[in-house]
Amino acid sequence: MSGIDAGTPRRIGAVVLRHWYLIASSWPRFVDLCYWPIVQMILWGFIQTFLMRQSSFFAQAGGILLGAVMLWDVLFRGQIGLAIAFFEEVYSRNLGHLFATPLRIGEYIAALMLVSLARTVIGLFPATLLAIWFFGFSLYSLGIALIAFFVSLIVFGWSIGLFVAGLVLRYGLGAESFAWAFIFALAPLCGVYYPTAILPAWVQVLSAVLPASYIFNGMRAVLINHVVRVDYLLTAAGLNVVWLAAGVAGFLIFHSQARERGMLLQLGE
Amino acid sequence: MDTILKTDVSAASGVRAATPAIAVEGLVKRYGQVRAVDGISFNVARGSFTALLGGNGAGKTTTIAILLGLVRPTAGRVEILGQEFARHSKTLLARMNFQSPYADLPRRLTVRQNLTVYARLYGVANPKIQIASLARELDLDALLDRPLGELSAGQRTRAGLAKAFINRPELVLLDEPTASLDPDTADWVRGFLARYAREAGATFFIASHNMLEVERLCDSVLMMKGGLIVDSGAPKELIAKYGRTTLEDVFLDVARHGARSESAP
Repeated sequence: MSGIDAGTPRRIGAVVLRHWYLIASSWPRFVDLCYWPIVQMILWGFIQTFLMRQSSFFAQAGGILLGAVMLWDVLFRGQIGLAIAFFEEVYSRNLGHLFATPLRIGEYIAALMLVSLARTVIGLFPATLLAIWFFGFSLYSLGIALIAFFVSLIVFGWSIGLFVAGLVLRYGLGAESFAWAFIFALAPLCGVYYPTAILPAWVQVLSAVLPASYIFNGMRAVLINHVVRVDYLLTAAGLNVVWLAAGVAGFLIFHSQARERGMLLQLGE
Repeated sequence: MDTILKTDVSAASGVRAATPAIAVEGLVKRYGQVRAVDGISFNVARGSFTALLGGNGAGKTTTIAILLGLVRPTAGRVEILGQEFARHSKTLLARMNFQSPYADLPRRLTVRQNLTVYARLYGVANPKIQIASLARELDLDALLDRPLGELSAGQRTRAGLAKAFINRPELVLLDEPTASLDPDTADWVRGFLARYAREAGATFFIASHNMLEVERLCDSVLMMKGGLIVDSGAPKELIAKYGRTTLEDVFLDVARHGARSESAP
Protein backbone atom coordinates (compact mmCIF):
# COMPACT_ATOMS: atom_id res chain seq x y z
CA MET A 1 0.00 0.00 0.00
CA SER A 2 2.61 2.52 1.02
CA GLY A 3 5.79 2.85 2.97
CA ILE A 4 6.57 4.82 6.09
CA ASP A 5 9.53 7.16 6.28
CA ALA A 6 10.72 10.08 8.40
CA GLY A 7 8.34 12.42 6.59
CA THR A 8 5.23 10.35 7.34
CA PRO A 9 4.18 12.19 10.56
CA ARG A 10 4.79 15.56 8.89
CA ARG A 11 2.63 14.71 5.88
CA ILE A 12 -0.15 13.26 8.04
CA GLY A 13 0.07 16.39 10.19
CA ALA A 14 -0.21 18.58 7.09
CA VAL A 15 -3.54 17.04 6.09
CA VAL A 16 -4.82 17.27 9.68
CA LEU A 17 -3.68 20.91 9.80
CA ARG A 18 -5.59 21.65 6.59
CA HIS A 19 -8.82 20.45 8.27
CA TRP A 20 -8.02 22.18 11.53
CA TYR A 21 -7.64 25.47 9.62
CA LEU A 22 -11.05 24.84 8.11
CA ILE A 23 -12.80 24.14 11.43
CA ALA A 24 -11.00 26.81 13.44
CA SER A 25 -11.60 29.55 10.88
CA SER A 26 -15.37 29.20 10.95
CA TRP A 27 -17.38 29.38 14.17
CA PRO A 28 -20.55 28.08 12.44
CA ARG A 29 -18.63 24.91 11.53
CA PHE A 30 -17.46 24.59 15.10
CA VAL A 31 -20.97 25.06 16.46
CA ASP A 32 -22.34 22.61 13.87
CA LEU A 33 -20.02 19.91 15.20
CA CYS A 34 -21.47 20.24 18.72
CA TYR A 35 -25.05 21.20 17.90
CA TRP A 36 -26.63 17.90 16.81
CA PRO A 37 -25.07 15.73 19.54
CA ILE A 38 -26.44 18.20 22.12
CA VAL A 39 -29.91 18.29 20.52
CA GLN A 40 -30.00 14.48 20.36
CA MET A 41 -28.86 14.19 23.96
CA ILE A 42 -31.53 16.61 25.19
CA LEU A 43 -34.30 14.91 23.21
CA TRP A 44 -33.41 11.42 24.44
CA GLY A 45 -32.72 12.73 27.93
CA PHE A 46 -36.32 13.91 28.24
CA ILE A 47 -37.65 10.66 26.75
CA GLN A 48 -35.60 8.77 29.31
CA THR A 49 -36.83 10.99 32.15
CA PHE A 50 -40.41 10.31 31.08
CA LEU A 51 -39.83 6.54 30.84
CA MET A 52 -38.10 6.44 34.22
CA ARG A 53 -41.30 7.80 35.77
CA GLN A 54 -43.44 5.20 33.96
CA SER A 55 -41.33 2.08 34.17
CA SER A 56 -39.44 0.40 36.99
CA PHE A 57 -37.03 -1.06 34.39
CA PHE A 58 -35.94 2.36 33.20
CA ALA A 59 -35.94 3.67 36.76
CA GLN A 60 -33.39 0.98 37.66
CA ALA A 61 -31.37 1.25 34.47
CA GLY A 62 -30.86 4.97 34.52
CA GLY A 63 -28.97 6.40 31.57
CA ILE A 64 -29.56 3.48 29.24
CA LEU A 65 -31.05 5.65 26.49
CA LEU A 66 -28.67 8.56 27.02
CA GLY A 67 -25.70 6.19 26.98
CA ALA A 68 -27.01 4.62 23.78
CA VAL A 69 -27.56 7.91 21.98
CA MET A 70 -24.12 9.22 22.88
CA LEU A 71 -22.35 6.00 21.90
CA TRP A 72 -24.35 5.95 18.66
CA ASP A 73 -22.99 9.42 18.01
CA VAL A 74 -19.45 8.07 18.36
CA LEU A 75 -20.17 5.63 15.53
CA PHE A 76 -22.11 8.15 13.45
CA ARG A 77 -19.67 11.06 13.95
CA GLY A 78 -16.70 8.77 13.38
CA GLN A 79 -18.10 7.66 10.04
CA ILE A 80 -19.44 10.98 8.83
CA GLY A 81 -16.37 12.84 10.14
CA LEU A 82 -14.08 10.75 7.95
CA ALA A 83 -16.36 10.91 4.92
CA ILE A 84 -16.85 14.68 5.18
CA ALA A 85 -13.13 15.30 5.58
CA PHE A 86 -12.70 13.47 2.27
CA PHE A 87 -15.67 15.23 0.64
CA GLU A 88 -14.10 18.60 1.54
CA GLU A 89 -11.24 17.76 -0.83
CA VAL A 90 -13.70 16.79 -3.54
CA TYR A 91 -15.82 19.94 -3.07
CA SER A 92 -12.69 22.10 -3.30
CA ARG A 93 -11.25 20.12 -6.27
CA ASN A 94 -8.09 19.64 -4.25
CA LEU A 95 -7.57 15.90 -4.77
CA GLY A 96 -5.33 16.43 -7.79
CA HIS A 97 -3.03 18.66 -5.78
CA LEU A 98 -2.96 16.29 -2.80
CA PHE A 99 -2.25 13.12 -4.72
CA ALA A 100 0.49 14.79 -6.78
CA THR A 101 2.51 15.45 -3.62
CA PRO A 102 4.72 12.90 -1.83
CA LEU A 103 1.69 12.09 0.39
CA ARG A 104 1.17 8.33 0.42
CA ILE A 105 -2.29 6.84 0.31
CA GLY A 106 -1.83 5.15 3.70
CA GLU A 107 -0.80 8.50 5.19
CA TYR A 108 -3.89 10.11 3.75
CA ILE A 109 -6.10 7.41 5.28
CA ALA A 110 -4.38 7.86 8.66
CA ALA A 111 -4.94 11.62 8.42
CA LEU A 112 -8.63 11.15 7.64
CA MET A 113 -8.94 8.96 10.73
CA LEU A 114 -7.28 11.57 12.93
CA VAL A 115 -9.53 14.31 11.55
CA SER A 116 -12.55 12.11 12.24
CA LEU A 117 -11.33 11.45 15.79
CA ALA A 118 -10.90 15.18 16.42
CA ARG A 119 -14.33 16.03 14.96
CA THR A 120 -15.98 13.29 17.06
CA VAL A 121 -14.35 14.36 20.31
CA ILE A 122 -15.04 18.07 19.67
CA GLY A 123 -18.65 17.28 18.79
CA LEU A 124 -19.42 14.91 21.64
CA PHE A 125 -17.53 16.26 24.62
CA PRO A 126 -19.90 19.20 25.30
CA ALA A 127 -22.91 16.86 25.05
CA THR A 128 -21.43 14.47 27.63
CA LEU A 129 -20.88 17.36 30.05
CA LEU A 130 -24.36 18.76 29.50
CA ALA A 131 -25.87 15.29 30.07
CA ILE A 132 -24.37 15.34 33.58
CA TRP A 133 -25.73 18.82 34.21
CA PHE A 134 -29.20 18.36 32.72
CA PHE A 135 -30.00 14.72 33.50
CA GLY A 136 -27.43 13.62 36.07
CA PHE A 137 -26.08 10.95 33.71
CA SER A 138 -22.33 10.68 33.22
CA LEU A 139 -21.15 8.67 30.23
CA TYR A 140 -17.88 8.45 32.12
CA SER A 141 -19.62 6.24 34.71
CA LEU A 142 -19.07 3.42 32.20
CA GLY A 143 -15.51 3.53 33.44
CA ILE A 144 -12.68 1.84 31.61
CA ALA A 145 -15.17 0.06 29.35
CA LEU A 146 -16.04 3.44 27.82
CA ILE A 147 -12.58 3.57 26.22
CA ALA A 148 -13.10 0.16 24.66
CA PHE A 149 -16.62 1.12 23.50
CA PHE A 150 -15.34 4.39 22.02
CA VAL A 151 -12.43 2.78 20.17
CA SER A 152 -14.55 -0.05 18.85
CA LEU A 153 -17.32 2.22 17.58
CA ILE A 154 -15.08 4.83 15.97
CA VAL A 155 -13.03 2.16 14.20
CA PHE A 156 -16.24 0.65 12.84
CA GLY A 157 -17.30 4.15 11.75
CA TRP A 158 -13.97 4.63 9.94
CA SER A 159 -14.44 1.33 8.11
CA ILE A 160 -17.77 2.46 6.69
CA GLY A 161 -16.50 6.01 6.11
CA LEU A 162 -13.56 4.74 4.06
CA PHE A 163 -15.80 2.59 1.92
CA VAL A 164 -18.19 5.50 1.29
CA ALA A 165 -15.28 7.85 0.51
CA GLY A 166 -14.00 5.23 -1.94
CA LEU A 167 -17.41 5.07 -3.61
CA VAL A 168 -17.32 8.85 -4.18
CA LEU A 169 -13.76 8.59 -5.47
CA ARG A 170 -14.90 6.02 -8.00
CA TYR A 171 -18.43 7.15 -8.86
CA GLY A 172 -18.32 10.87 -8.09
CA LEU A 173 -20.44 13.02 -5.80
CA GLY A 174 -23.59 11.18 -6.91
CA ALA A 175 -22.57 8.54 -4.34
CA GLU A 176 -22.33 11.15 -1.56
CA SER A 177 -25.73 10.26 -0.11
CA PHE A 178 -24.41 6.80 0.83
CA ALA A 179 -22.50 8.55 3.62
CA TRP A 180 -25.82 9.06 5.38
CA ALA A 181 -27.72 6.06 4.04
CA PHE A 182 -25.26 3.32 5.05
CA ILE A 183 -24.93 4.28 8.66
CA PHE A 184 -28.66 4.76 9.25
CA ALA A 185 -29.36 1.41 7.62
CA LEU A 186 -27.15 -0.19 10.25
CA ALA A 187 -28.86 1.51 13.21
CA PRO A 188 -31.80 -0.93 13.47
CA LEU A 189 -29.46 -3.92 13.07
CA CYS A 190 -26.97 -3.10 15.79
CA GLY A 191 -29.51 -2.65 18.59
CA VAL A 192 -28.71 0.88 19.65
CA TYR A 193 -31.80 1.25 21.86
CA TYR A 194 -32.84 -2.42 22.35
CA PRO A 195 -31.12 -5.78 22.79
CA THR A 196 -30.39 -7.49 19.49
CA ALA A 197 -32.06 -10.62 20.94
CA ILE A 198 -35.47 -9.11 20.12
CA LEU A 199 -34.67 -9.00 16.38
CA PRO A 200 -36.07 -11.71 14.08
CA ALA A 201 -33.71 -14.67 13.80
CA TRP A 202 -32.56 -13.86 10.25
CA VAL A 203 -31.89 -10.24 11.19
CA GLN A 204 -29.87 -11.43 14.18
CA VAL A 205 -27.53 -13.15 11.71
CA LEU A 206 -26.83 -9.77 10.10
CA SER A 207 -26.58 -8.11 13.49
CA ALA A 208 -24.01 -10.66 14.65
CA VAL A 209 -21.41 -9.50 12.10
CA LEU A 210 -21.58 -5.87 13.20
CA PRO A 211 -19.09 -4.86 15.92
CA ALA A 212 -21.51 -2.19 17.12
CA SER A 213 -24.10 -4.83 18.13
CA TYR A 214 -21.71 -6.18 20.77
CA ILE A 215 -20.87 -2.70 21.98
CA PHE A 216 -24.48 -1.63 22.55
CA ASN A 217 -25.31 -4.97 24.19
CA GLY A 218 -22.14 -4.54 26.26
CA MET A 219 -23.17 -1.04 27.31
CA ARG A 220 -26.51 -2.34 28.54
CA ALA A 221 -24.69 -5.10 30.46
CA VAL A 222 -22.65 -2.45 32.25
CA LEU A 223 -25.59 -0.17 33.02
CA ILE A 224 -28.17 -2.84 33.89
CA ASN A 225 -26.10 -5.73 35.32
CA HIS A 226 -22.95 -3.79 36.23
CA VAL A 227 -20.87 -6.34 34.32
CA VAL A 228 -18.21 -5.64 31.69
CA ARG A 229 -18.69 -8.32 29.03
CA VAL A 230 -15.11 -8.92 27.91
CA ASP A 231 -16.34 -11.54 25.45
CA TYR A 232 -18.43 -8.87 23.71
CA LEU A 233 -15.45 -6.52 23.57
CA LEU A 234 -13.16 -9.18 22.12
CA THR A 235 -15.73 -10.22 19.51
CA ALA A 236 -16.21 -6.58 18.53
CA ALA A 237 -12.44 -6.09 18.28
CA GLY A 238 -12.07 -9.16 16.07
CA LEU A 239 -14.90 -8.05 13.79
CA ASN A 240 -13.43 -4.56 13.63
CA VAL A 241 -10.17 -5.96 12.27
CA VAL A 242 -12.14 -7.54 9.42
CA TRP A 243 -14.32 -4.46 8.80
CA LEU A 244 -11.38 -2.05 8.87
CA ALA A 245 -9.38 -4.24 6.51
CA ALA A 246 -12.39 -4.32 4.18
CA GLY A 247 -12.86 -0.52 4.44
CA VAL A 248 -9.19 0.19 3.69
CA ALA A 249 -9.15 -2.36 0.86
CA GLY A 250 -12.31 -0.82 -0.61
CA PHE A 251 -10.80 2.67 -0.51
CA LEU A 252 -7.57 1.46 -2.12
CA ILE A 253 -9.39 -0.41 -4.87
CA PHE A 254 -11.64 2.57 -5.63
CA HIS A 255 -8.61 4.91 -5.54
CA SER A 256 -6.83 2.65 -8.01
CA GLN A 257 -9.89 2.63 -10.27
CA ALA A 258 -10.13 6.44 -10.00
CA ARG A 259 -6.52 6.71 -11.23
CA GLU A 260 -7.31 4.29 -14.02
CA ARG A 261 -10.32 6.37 -15.11
CA GLY A 262 -8.67 9.77 -14.68
CA MET A 263 -11.09 10.82 -11.91
CA LEU A 264 -8.55 12.46 -9.60
CA LEU A 265 -8.41 15.62 -11.71
CA GLN A 266 -12.10 15.59 -12.62
CA LEU A 267 -13.84 15.12 -9.28
CA GLY A 268 -15.45 18.22 -7.90
CA GLU A 269 -18.61 20.24 -7.62
CA MET B 1 2.67 7.53 -42.66
CA ASP B 2 2.81 6.50 -39.07
CA THR B 3 2.29 9.72 -37.16
CA ILE B 4 3.91 8.51 -33.95
CA LEU B 5 7.08 10.51 -33.69
CA LYS B 6 10.01 9.73 -31.44
CA THR B 7 10.86 13.21 -30.39
CA ASP B 8 13.94 14.48 -28.63
CA VAL B 9 13.33 18.11 -27.86
CA SER B 10 16.77 18.46 -26.33
CA ALA B 11 18.14 18.12 -29.85
CA ALA B 12 15.62 20.66 -31.13
CA SER B 13 16.50 23.18 -28.47
CA GLY B 14 20.18 22.54 -28.48
CA VAL B 15 20.13 21.82 -24.74
CA ARG B 16 22.28 18.90 -23.70
CA ALA B 17 22.11 16.88 -20.52
CA ALA B 18 23.19 13.40 -19.50
CA THR B 19 19.65 12.25 -18.75
CA PRO B 20 16.54 14.05 -19.83
CA ALA B 21 14.21 15.63 -17.27
CA ILE B 22 11.36 13.67 -18.85
CA ALA B 23 11.72 10.54 -20.98
CA VAL B 24 8.50 9.03 -22.30
CA GLU B 25 8.43 5.85 -24.35
CA GLY B 26 5.37 4.40 -26.07
CA LEU B 27 2.87 6.06 -23.72
CA VAL B 28 -0.72 4.95 -24.22
CA LYS B 29 -3.86 5.85 -22.31
CA ARG B 30 -7.15 4.31 -23.31
CA TYR B 31 -10.53 5.09 -21.75
CA GLY B 32 -12.61 2.23 -23.08
CA GLN B 33 -12.48 2.57 -26.86
CA VAL B 34 -11.10 6.13 -26.70
CA ARG B 35 -7.35 6.45 -27.10
CA ALA B 36 -6.63 9.70 -25.24
CA VAL B 37 -2.89 9.19 -25.66
CA ASP B 38 -1.89 6.93 -28.50
CA GLY B 39 1.66 5.72 -28.13
CA ILE B 40 3.71 8.89 -27.75
CA SER B 41 7.45 9.05 -27.13
CA PHE B 42 9.51 12.12 -26.34
CA ASN B 43 12.39 13.42 -24.27
CA VAL B 44 12.55 16.79 -22.54
CA ALA B 45 16.04 18.08 -21.77
CA ARG B 46 16.92 19.34 -18.33
CA GLY B 47 16.76 23.08 -17.97
CA SER B 48 14.57 23.51 -21.03
CA PHE B 49 11.16 25.11 -21.55
CA THR B 50 9.01 22.73 -23.55
CA ALA B 51 5.47 23.43 -24.69
CA LEU B 52 2.82 20.83 -25.31
CA LEU B 53 0.42 22.25 -27.88
CA GLY B 54 -2.80 20.94 -29.28
CA GLY B 55 -6.51 21.56 -29.52
CA ASN B 56 -9.03 20.52 -26.94
CA GLY B 57 -9.02 16.74 -26.52
CA ALA B 58 -5.58 16.37 -28.08
CA GLY B 59 -4.28 14.53 -25.01
CA LYS B 60 -2.24 17.29 -23.35
CA THR B 61 -3.90 17.21 -19.93
CA THR B 62 -3.92 13.41 -19.88
CA THR B 63 -0.21 13.39 -20.65
CA ILE B 64 0.51 15.86 -17.83
CA ALA B 65 -1.72 13.90 -15.42
CA ILE B 66 0.22 10.71 -16.24
CA LEU B 67 3.51 12.52 -15.57
CA LEU B 68 2.11 13.50 -12.14
CA GLY B 69 0.89 9.99 -11.31
CA LEU B 70 -2.75 11.11 -11.29
CA VAL B 71 -3.66 8.86 -14.20
CA ARG B 72 -2.34 5.34 -14.68
CA PRO B 73 -1.16 4.77 -18.26
CA THR B 74 -2.43 1.79 -20.20
CA ALA B 75 1.06 1.15 -21.56
CA GLY B 76 4.41 2.83 -21.85
CA ARG B 77 7.30 3.94 -19.74
CA VAL B 78 7.93 7.25 -18.02
CA GLU B 79 11.27 8.33 -16.58
CA ILE B 80 11.55 11.58 -14.69
CA LEU B 81 14.86 13.13 -13.61
CA GLY B 82 16.57 9.90 -14.54
CA GLN B 83 14.36 7.58 -12.48
CA GLU B 84 11.50 5.32 -13.46
CA PHE B 85 8.39 7.15 -12.32
CA ALA B 86 6.28 4.07 -11.55
CA ARG B 87 8.86 2.84 -9.02
CA HIS B 88 9.98 6.12 -7.47
CA SER B 89 6.89 8.28 -7.79
CA LYS B 90 6.86 9.62 -4.22
CA THR B 91 10.52 10.65 -4.13
CA LEU B 92 10.17 12.17 -7.60
CA LEU B 93 6.99 14.06 -6.72
CA ALA B 94 8.93 15.82 -3.95
CA ARG B 95 11.16 17.27 -6.70
CA MET B 96 8.29 18.27 -9.00
CA ASN B 97 5.23 20.46 -8.81
CA PHE B 98 2.40 21.60 -11.04
CA GLN B 99 -0.45 23.98 -11.61
CA SER B 100 -3.58 23.12 -13.52
CA PRO B 101 -6.97 24.72 -14.05
CA TYR B 102 -8.43 21.27 -13.25
CA ALA B 103 -7.22 21.39 -9.63
CA ASP B 104 -8.01 24.13 -7.14
CA LEU B 105 -6.71 24.90 -3.70
CA PRO B 106 -9.24 24.96 -0.81
CA ARG B 107 -10.99 28.31 -1.09
CA ARG B 108 -11.93 28.65 2.56
CA LEU B 109 -8.30 28.54 3.62
CA THR B 110 -6.17 31.66 3.36
CA VAL B 111 -3.30 31.81 0.90
CA ARG B 112 -0.84 31.46 3.78
CA GLN B 113 -2.67 28.44 5.22
CA ASN B 114 -2.74 26.73 1.83
CA LEU B 115 0.96 27.36 1.28
CA THR B 116 1.78 26.16 4.82
CA VAL B 117 -0.08 22.89 4.26
CA TYR B 118 1.66 22.26 0.94
CA ALA B 119 5.05 23.28 2.32
CA ARG B 120 4.63 20.54 4.93
CA LEU B 121 3.42 18.01 2.40
CA TYR B 122 6.48 18.66 0.24
CA GLY B 123 8.84 18.71 3.22
CA VAL B 124 10.01 22.31 2.76
CA ALA B 125 12.74 22.93 5.33
CA ASN B 126 11.75 26.44 6.33
CA PRO B 127 8.16 27.08 5.24
CA LYS B 128 7.83 30.60 6.67
CA ILE B 129 10.89 31.90 4.81
CA GLN B 130 9.87 30.14 1.61
CA ILE B 131 6.30 31.51 1.79
CA ALA B 132 7.57 35.03 2.48
CA SER B 133 9.99 34.78 -0.44
CA LEU B 134 7.31 33.53 -2.87
CA ALA B 135 4.86 36.16 -1.64
CA ARG B 136 7.41 38.86 -2.50
CA GLU B 137 8.18 37.39 -5.91
CA LEU B 138 4.54 36.84 -6.88
CA ASP B 139 3.24 40.05 -5.30
CA LEU B 140 1.09 38.14 -2.80
CA ASP B 141 2.14 39.96 0.40
CA ALA B 142 -1.16 41.77 0.81
CA LEU B 143 -3.16 38.65 -0.01
CA LEU B 144 -1.49 36.11 2.28
CA ASP B 145 -4.11 36.26 5.02
CA ARG B 146 -7.15 36.43 2.79
CA PRO B 147 -9.22 33.31 2.01
CA LEU B 148 -8.54 32.08 -1.48
CA GLY B 149 -12.25 32.25 -2.30
CA GLU B 150 -12.22 36.04 -1.84
CA LEU B 151 -9.52 36.58 -4.48
CA SER B 152 -9.99 37.39 -8.15
CA ALA B 153 -9.23 34.72 -10.74
CA GLY B 154 -5.88 36.33 -11.49
CA GLN B 155 -4.94 36.53 -7.81
CA ARG B 156 -5.90 32.86 -7.37
CA THR B 157 -3.70 31.97 -10.33
CA ARG B 158 -0.76 33.69 -8.65
CA ALA B 159 -1.53 31.87 -5.39
CA GLY B 160 -1.62 28.61 -7.37
CA LEU B 161 1.75 29.48 -8.87
CA ALA B 162 3.13 30.07 -5.37
CA LYS B 163 1.99 26.54 -4.46
CA ALA B 164 3.62 25.23 -7.65
CA PHE B 165 6.97 26.68 -6.54
CA ILE B 166 6.67 26.04 -2.80
CA ASN B 167 9.20 23.17 -2.89
CA ARG B 168 11.56 24.87 -5.38
CA PRO B 169 10.88 22.10 -7.91
CA GLU B 170 13.41 20.87 -10.45
CA LEU B 171 10.57 20.04 -12.83
CA VAL B 172 7.47 22.22 -13.16
CA LEU B 173 4.40 21.16 -15.12
CA LEU B 174 2.02 23.97 -15.92
CA ASP B 175 -1.33 23.67 -17.65
CA GLU B 176 -2.41 27.07 -19.00
CA PRO B 177 -0.38 29.04 -16.44
CA THR B 178 -1.51 32.49 -17.60
CA ALA B 179 -5.02 31.70 -18.86
CA SER B 180 -6.94 33.91 -16.43
CA LEU B 181 -4.41 36.74 -16.17
CA ASP B 182 -4.58 40.17 -17.76
CA PRO B 183 -1.81 40.82 -20.34
CA ASP B 184 0.27 42.87 -17.91
CA THR B 185 0.16 40.27 -15.12
CA ALA B 186 0.64 37.43 -17.62
CA ASP B 187 3.76 39.13 -18.92
CA TRP B 188 4.99 39.64 -15.39
CA VAL B 189 4.37 35.93 -14.58
CA ARG B 190 6.29 34.87 -17.70
CA GLY B 191 9.16 36.99 -16.41
CA PHE B 192 8.96 35.16 -13.08
CA LEU B 193 9.01 31.75 -14.79
CA ALA B 194 12.01 32.69 -16.91
CA ARG B 195 13.85 34.07 -13.88
CA TYR B 196 13.14 30.94 -11.83
CA ALA B 197 14.30 28.68 -14.66
CA ARG B 198 17.53 30.65 -14.95
CA GLU B 199 18.24 30.73 -11.22
CA ALA B 200 17.16 27.17 -10.31
CA GLY B 201 18.09 25.46 -13.57
CA ALA B 202 14.58 24.00 -13.55
CA THR B 203 12.79 22.31 -16.41
CA PHE B 204 9.37 23.55 -17.50
CA PHE B 205 6.76 21.49 -19.32
CA ILE B 206 3.86 23.71 -20.28
CA ALA B 207 0.51 23.05 -21.91
CA SER B 208 -0.72 26.32 -23.38
CA HIS B 209 -3.02 27.80 -25.97
CA ASN B 210 -1.17 31.10 -25.83
CA MET B 211 1.16 30.91 -28.82
CA LEU B 212 2.88 34.21 -28.11
CA GLU B 213 3.72 32.90 -24.66
CA VAL B 214 5.13 29.72 -26.15
CA GLU B 215 7.19 31.66 -28.68
CA ARG B 216 8.57 33.88 -25.96
CA LEU B 217 9.31 31.22 -23.33
CA CYS B 218 9.86 27.89 -24.95
CA ASP B 219 12.94 26.28 -26.48
CA SER B 220 10.89 23.56 -28.05
CA VAL B 221 7.37 22.49 -28.88
CA LEU B 222 5.53 19.20 -29.05
CA MET B 223 2.36 19.36 -31.13
CA MET B 224 -0.39 16.90 -30.22
CA LYS B 225 -3.45 15.92 -32.16
CA GLY B 226 -5.76 12.99 -31.50
CA GLY B 227 -3.49 11.58 -28.81
CA LEU B 228 -0.41 11.64 -31.03
CA ILE B 229 2.61 13.89 -31.24
CA VAL B 230 2.35 15.00 -34.85
CA ASP B 231 5.23 17.43 -34.99
CA SER B 232 7.94 18.94 -32.84
CA GLY B 233 10.84 21.31 -32.90
CA ALA B 234 11.98 24.75 -31.85
CA PRO B 235 9.29 27.43 -32.42
CA LYS B 236 11.34 29.20 -35.12
CA GLU B 237 12.04 25.90 -36.89
CA LEU B 238 8.34 25.05 -36.96
CA ILE B 239 7.41 28.49 -38.24
CA ALA B 240 9.99 28.14 -41.02
CA LYS B 241 8.94 24.58 -41.80
CA TYR B 242 5.31 25.59 -42.32
CA GLY B 243 6.21 28.80 -44.14
CA ARG B 244 4.30 30.91 -41.63
CA THR B 245 5.06 34.02 -39.64
CA THR B 246 3.70 32.99 -36.21
CA LEU B 247 3.36 29.84 -34.18
CA GLU B 248 -0.38 30.46 -34.03
CA ASP B 249 -0.55 30.03 -37.81
CA VAL B 250 1.42 26.80 -37.48
CA PHE B 251 -1.01 25.63 -34.80
CA LEU B 252 -3.97 26.36 -37.08
CA ASP B 253 -2.30 24.55 -39.98
CA VAL B 254 -1.75 21.47 -37.85
CA ALA B 255 -5.22 21.60 -36.31
CA ARG B 256 -7.01 21.98 -39.66
CA HIS B 257 -4.80 20.20 -42.15
CA GLY B 258 -2.55 17.96 -40.09
CA ALA B 259 1.17 18.12 -39.60
CA ARG B 260 3.39 18.91 -42.58
CA SER B 261 5.01 15.51 -42.31
CA GLU B 262 1.53 13.93 -42.52
CA SER B 263 0.66 15.64 -45.80
CA ALA B 264 4.08 15.38 -47.36
CA PRO B 265 4.27 12.95 -50.30
